[in-house]
Order: sequence, then structure tokens, then C-alpha cells
Amino acid sequence: MKRLILSLLLLTSAPALAVDPAEMLKDPAQEARAREIGAELRCLVCQNQSIDDSDADLAKDLRQIVRERISAGDSDSAVKQFLVDRYGDYVLLKPPFNPKTWLLWLGPLGLALAAGLVGRAYYRRQRREGAAPQPLSAEEQRELERIMKDQG
Amino acid sequence: MITESGHFALALALFVALAQSGLGLYGARRGDDALMRCASGAAVALMLLTLVSFGALTYAYVVSDFSLVNVATNSHSAKPMLYKISGVWGNHEGSLLLWVTILALFAGAVVLFGRHLPPLLKARVIAVQGLVAGAFLAFILFTSNPFMRLARPPLDGNGLNPLLQDPGLAFHPPFLYLGYVGFSMAFSFAIAALIEGRVDAAWARWVRPWTLAAWVFLTLGIALGSWWAYYELGWGGWWYWDPVENASFMPWLAGTALLHSALVVEKRDALKSWTILLAILTFSLSLLGTFLVRSGVITSVHSFASDPGRGMFILAMLTAVAGGSLTLYAFRAPALKAGGLFAPLSREGGLLLNNLLLSTAAGTVLLGTLYPLFVDALGGGKVSVGAPFYNAVFVPIMIPLVAAMAVGPLMTWKRTDLLGILSRMKFVVAATLLTGIAVWVLAGGRLGDLASAGGMALAAWLFLGSLWEIGERSMLFRASGPEVVARLKQIPLAAWGMTLSHAGLAIMIVGIVGSSAWMEERIQNMKVGETAKLHDVEIRLDSVSEVPGPNYAALSGTFVLLKDGKEYQRLSPERRQYRQPPRPTSETAIHSTLLGDYYTVIGEEAPGGGYVTRFYWQPLIAWMWAGALIMSLGGLVSLFDRRHRIGAPQGSRKS
Repeated sequence: MKRLILSLLLLTSAPALAVDPAEMLKDPAQEARAREIGAELRCLVCQNQSIDDSDADLAKDLRQIVRERISAGDSDSAVKQFLVDRYGDYVLLKPPFNPKTWLLWLGPLGLALAAGLVGRAYYRRQRREGAAPQPLSAEEQRELERIMKDQG
Repeated sequence: MITESGHFALALALFVALAQSGLGLYGARRGDDALMRCASGAAVALMLLTLVSFGALTYAYVVSDFSLVNVATNSHSAKPMLYKISGVWGNHEGSLLLWVTILALFAGAVVLFGRHLPPLLKARVIAVQGLVAGAFLAFILFTSNPFMRLARPPLDGNGLNPLLQDPGLAFHPPFLYLGYVGFSMAFSFAIAALIEGRVDAAWARWVRPWTLAAWVFLTLGIALGSWWAYYELGWGGWWYWDPVENASFMPWLAGTALLHSALVVEKRDALKSWTILLAILTFSLSLLGTFLVRSGVITSVHSFASDPGRGMFILAMLTAVAGGSLTLYAFRAPALKAGGLFAPLSREGGLLLNNLLLSTAAGTVLLGTLYPLFVDALGGGKVSVGAPFYNAVFVPIMIPLVAAMAVGPLMTWKRTDLLGILSRMKFVVAATLLTGIAVWVLAGGRLGDLASAGGMALAAWLFLGSLWEIGERSMLFRASGPEVVARLKQIPLAAWGMTLSHAGLAIMIVGIVGSSAWMEERIQNMKVGETAKLHDVEIRLDSVSEVPGPNYAALSGTFVLLKDGKEYQRLSPERRQYRQPPRPTSETAIHSTLLGDYYTVIGEEAPGGGYVTRFYWQPLIAWMWAGALIMSLGGLVSLFDRRHRIGAPQGSRKS
């Protein structure tokens, strides 16, 4: 009886709230997978929100699609591919590596390399320009001798 | 009448700002004292005029004068007074007015507190501030005037987005702007130095306090915004890598780099042209940040084009500031003589590494933030760059940075013996390894726990390494008690500030790693009297009642947290329905402990009875806010170092 009430409860549609109990899968392992996938999918009508974080109706629909696909036995990547086929790469918050995003993914590495080169160039120029240290002036020489005498 | 005075003051301010920059630049070129004094006078006048203008707009909000377009679209008579006032900067026009007012305050501060500045440098700094202020004032007056009247004023206003009606967010923008605009000081000093063609230790000593103050404000502002997102948005997150957040994070990264490189200029007379470049870039990123948030360009390239007037003005101004100053830099920077030499393994080398890594980080965030815009503008369609991207690329940059941070302060200037330092720090090395192993075992010892164990080890490394430096300075455990005390007293405030800030970051890392690795979430439908488990407590929904608010109606639930069957804490989150604009928000109720936060949210009544409730266990998250506060405190302590107040450099040991 209790189980019946619970399943009835799960069937009634609750008001829109990011991930609500009515849409969750009964199997905790599957639900956990759905949450992990959901965090990587964009709510297409929102500003930079994942479907798990959004109250929008579209996000709710997408969450349900994700759960339907998981229940149907799809793998994580198949679920994502299912949505990419319908909405394009835009639905992925982590953009795939393709010609359109080469610059994006390799950019940080390029920046790090450029920073490394700047650093190297700095030390090289320093070595070239500062290779021969200036001889001490007479005044500095006297100062040095005075200090040496004080120390000794 | 008051409104018209404000409007008039704003128009007058534009001309005063132009006079300020013209007189300052020309006066400095001619070396004419009278002209330069006029520029100083103009800066004070500009400060007063923008204050009058800002005051007039605030007054219009306080008395709910709906004959102003700006007030009618952004305020409502039933709003609490705090949010009427914070509504002034809760919109495009008002926030720009706040921006320029703060800018004028900073320029005024140079006149009032900069008595010891060399007159030529001072005049040029004031002139550059005037130039920036003039551009902003023109932008406000021609495209974003907050003083526009309505022919038929409405009976009441549209109200402010309820999410923004919160004490945390009321003060978030002013802090951010104090940070953004504070970096304009570093920028003005950099431009003035380029015009003069001279950068020396004294210059760095004048720039550092301003940059430090800006950095403290920006750190607090970002932390405040993140804290607000945590408790107000209601799903337990605190950083989303949203473009709006990135907009404030980029200047922070660049500004942090600037603080450290200015140190090298001050102490060792090296990295001069790099520091100038950083000052220019930091302020350019601040400008970009202001506009990214305010122009709507972030939502889509097309909203940028929908208001071409504003869009073009913004683009022109960014080009002028960044392009103009970089051109000046290209011509003048080669003339700056490089000073002190240093080996890659040295304090300077460490600071240079810090700079290169922080710049890479800032560049990465910039790339991710602007990438979708560029792809879209070039007709490549839409690309999402979300949190998973940043998490993947940002963490690898931060790890070497934090690892080097613990050792850097122990390095000596010019050249250092890294192996020697590490062997002196063997206790810290051992403690770091132990922390990592202990966390890994406690977390379950799975392969997936290695990342969090590594994060905690890194935090321990930084925390203990920072304290170790103080220990070495004071010869703790090696000298007699009184001598240690005497040595501790000799440590300058700036060094204490650094230790605090570095340790603060370590504490913050603990919070970040803990909350992202071990967060627990429970979402369920609950009826009154039912319980649900969360971490180590059971949560019972005791009652639900309707509570009226000043401009909303709230559904308030009372949860009892039971630990081992005994009442431990009561929490009352609310679901609010605002009347104007009609929007629901959730007010979370959080119980913070040192080990973690119990975070409760109540949703609407479900049709079948009961309420949707959401609970989070957020481990160690309080450490993150505490860490951010300690970091800012470190900056503040350093700001009070006596040496900053003595304008002139201390001079070499010779004199």
C-alpha cells in the first residue's frame, strides 16, 4: 500500500523546481548517472545554466529525456549523443574537441607555452645584457673595504 | 528640481573632467605650476559634482519619484528602504553613475592624499583619471542617462528583481566597483610613467597601496557575490563560471599578478615594463568586465547590436583605452631600463613565475568567456563553454601556482638554493604527505579520492609553508623566547599581510575541495511530520505556515534537525512569492558548522500534498568564505604597513 502511494506521488507533476523528486529515477545508481549527465548539459533557453540547475520547462523536459534514455539502457555517451543529434553541440557545456573548438581547447596550452617563452626570453636577454658586471666604482670599492674591515 | 540639479551636475562634470585632463597634461608638459594646480582643483570639483549627481539619483529612488524612467523601471514604492537605495546601482544607468563617482573619488583622493607625489607625475595621473572619467560621463549622458523624465509617470514602478533584494547583493556591486575602479589608479600611474619615460622604486611604492586597496575590495566583492549565489539561488553552488562571474575574476587574476610584480619593481628595480603592461591590462579587463555585464553582450552578440549606440560607444572606448595605451606602451616601454639581475631560481624568479601563471589563468578565462561570442560573430553558430571546460583547464594552472606559493616567500632575492629550502622545510613536506594519505584513507581510499586528497595536501603545503616562513624569520624553536618575541615584533606588517593572504588561500582551498568532493544532496517530497536523512542528521518537517512580507508572501517551513534522535537545530527556509515583479524566490536556511553546512530549501506545495524539500550537506564550505575574508584581511594589514605611507623610497643601504 505504502509503495502504491509513493508511486502515485511520483506520478503527480510537481511545480517547476530544478530537479524535483517526481522526475527522479527509482534506482539510485541510475539517478546518480542522470545527475552527472545533467550537470554537463546546457539548458538551451537559459543563461549558462545546466539543466539540473534550471527551473525552465525546457530543462525539465531535457531531464526527463535523459532519464528515459537511461531507463532504456543507453550508455552515458549515447544519452549525450541523443541530445547532440537533436540540439547540436550547443547543448554540451563542455564543448567537444573539433575544428570549431581547437583554438579553445589548445588556447590555454598555447598561453602557457607563450608565458614560458616570455620567461625564457627575459632570462636570455638578461644574461646577454648583464653578462659583464660593471666594475665597482672607486667609492663602492672604499665602501666594500670599510664593510670588510667592520666585519673582520 | 533636485533631479535637474543632478542632471546638470553630471553635464557640468563632463566638461570639468575634460578640463582636468587637458590642464593636467598640458600643465605637466609646460611644467606650469598654476595649470597643474587648476587640474587638481578640477579633480576636486569633479568629485563634488559626481557626488551631487549620485546623491540626486539616490534621492529620486528614496522618495520613489516615478517620473524618472530609471526609477519607474527599477523600483517600487513598497520595497524596503535598503533595496530602494541598492536599486540605484542595480541597473545599467545607475551602476555606471556609481562607477564614475568612485572614479572621481579616487582622483580626488590623489589630490588630497598625494601631497608627497612629484608634481609632474601627480598632474599626469590626475589628467589620465580625468580622461577616463570624461569618456564615462559622455557615455552616460549620451546613451545611458539615468535622469530621463517620463511625460506620464506611472502610479507605481516595476520593482527590482527579487533575487537582487538581498543584503549580500545590495553591497556586492559597490565593492566590485571599488575594485575595478581602484585599478584605474594603477592604470593612470602607468600611463603617467610612460609619458615621463621613468619607472623607479618610488613609482612602485606609490602604486602598490592603491592596487592593494583595489584588490582588497575586489576580493571582498567577488566573495560576497559567490556567497550570495550560495545561499540565495538555492541549489548549493557557489561558482558557476558564468560570464558575469568571469568578468570580475579576470581583473582579479591580473590585479593579483600586478601586486606581485610591483613588488619586484619596488625592491629590485626589475620587471618594470612588464609591470606597466600588467597595470594597463588589469584596468582594460576591469573595463571589459563592466561592459560585459552591463551591455548584455554576454547573452548574445545580437543584443549588443540591438542597441547600436551603446554598443559602438563601448567598443570605441575599449579600443581607445586598451589600444591607445598599448600603442603608447609599444613606443615608450623599450626606453625603460631593466634593473636588477636575478637567476630563475630566486625570489624575483618566483614572482615572475607567479605572474606568468596568473596571466595564463586570466588569458584562459578570457578565451573561454569570449570564445562563444567570436564563433557566433564569425558565423560559426553557437558554442557552449561551461563550467566543465573551466574545471578541466583551470585546475592544472592553479596547481603549480599554489605549489610555488609556499616556497616563494622563503627564497632569497637574486638567487636561491631551492634544495636547501626544501630540506629546511622537511617537516612541512612530511606533514603535506601525511595529510594527503590521511585524507585519502578517510575518504575511502578509492582511486577517485586521489584528487581530493591531493587538493587537501596542496592546502596543507601552502598553509604550513606560509607559517614556516614566519617561523624562520622569528627563529622559532631555535632562539630564546624573548628573542623570538623581539624578532616577531620586527616583522613588518606587509609580511604579516602576505602570510595571512597566503594562508587564507590555503583555507579557501580546503573549503573548495571539501564541498566539491563530498557534497551530499537529498531531494524529496515531504509531508508535515515526515523525516528524511542527511549526512549525520534526520530532518523532520515540523510545520508549514504562510508568512506575509513587506512586498511578498512567503511559505515558511520549519525543519527540526535530529542528531541521535535529539533535537539539534531548527531551520526555517522560505519560499517567497514577490508581488512586483511577480517572481518566486527561495530563501534557504543554513546551519553552519566548522565541519560543514546543513542547507535546507523548501519548494511549493505538491498537488498530491506535501512539499518538495531539498537538503544539502556542504562539507567544509564555511572555510571557503573564512579563507576569502582572511585573504582580504591580509591585504588590509599590508596596507597599514608604515612603509606605504612614507612616499619616498627608503633608499639603498648606502645612504
